[in-house]
Amino acid sequence: MLWAAIGAGALCCYLLKLGGLSVPERVLRDPRIQKVAALLPVALLAGLMAIQAFSSGQQVVLDDRAVGLSVALLLVILRAPFLAVVVGAALATALLRALIP
Amino acid sequence: MEPAQEQGGERLPVIRDAVGIGLATSTYGLSFGALAATAGLDLLQTCALSSLMFTGASQFAMVGVIAAGGNPFSGAAAAALLGARNGLYGLHLAPLLRPRGRRRLFAAQFVIDESAAMTIGRRAPEAWLGFWAAGLSVFAFWNLATLLGALGARALSDPSVLGLDVVAPAAFLALLAPRMTSREPWLIAALGVAVALLLVGPLPPGLPILAVACAATVAGLVLSRGEAASAPPEQTEQGGMEVMDQ
Repeated sequence: MLWAAIGAGALCCYLLKLGGLSVPERVLRDPRIQKVAALLPVALLAGLMAIQAFSSGQQVVLDDRAVGLSVALLLVILRAPFLAVVVGAALATALLRALIP
Repeated sequence: MEPAQEQGGERLPVIRDAVGIGLATSTYGLSFGALAATAGLDLLQTCALSSLMFTGASQFAMVGVIAAGGNPFSGAAAAALLGARNGLYGLHLAPLLRPRGRRRLFAAQFVIDESAAMTIGRRAPEAWLGFWAAGLSVFAFWNLATLLGALGARALSDPSVLGLDVVAPAAFLALLAPRMTSREPWLIAALGVAVALLLVGPLPPGLPILAVACAATVAGLVLSRGEAASAPPEQTEQGGMEVMDQ
């Protein structure tokens, strides 16, 4: 089942890339398509971030991941590079867990 | 002789940038490999995602849904939704690359954020080089880093000790940051967070993110209608370019 989902997801992603290279340009000029395409990634990334930081199973929870994410936010505001944001958040969470078991 | 030298002079910085982008994404690839391994994917599945799907945010989304206990096909749907922007890059790249037949089938796999970004502000020959140099460089570094990240995480008995469960949300936050250039993305991001957290309880894992996609689509249609009524057409052109800038 996992393999089938990986195959389906990869195929969809490939067809989207190929589709873009094959679509006539006038379709792109539709402002509604431009608007939705610009906003969709923002909403999805924000939603995924919230689910993975503030939920456990089907419950909304506030735990040490929130501290890690706050550190990530601080690093993003300081314009730290990608790796520093990710490693900093993970380290802060790990440190917190080591100090308060 | 002279034109060749001139070309060489302009090619070098393009290739240097492409290698730099590849190195930068490899750090992200390490995180992905580690996350996929902790989500329960085996080594071959993790590497298959990086080589076959080959679009970072989609891969994180798919593995994130699986890690949260969701149906893998919900993960695949979320991946496809996040991959939709690559289709938009394709629309921008098609006139630059003019790929036909089998070459188009091959080029399509390398249509990603980084390769599209390398074509912006460049004219035909350099844009072509930028696309291919960045596409191939990122592909090589991304897949190697995924393998190393997965091997590294599998060597640990309990990855949550290292805070690896924060890697994905921190990565999404870092990806989101450069897009937050005006009030509209903030509103949309807030909508995404609100819909996700409101529905995480009542809906089974994987579905809340699809609801977020529906809400964002409706919001986008409403906003574009408002703009069409009140603003001149140049504004919507800019809205489209925003996607390429990040």
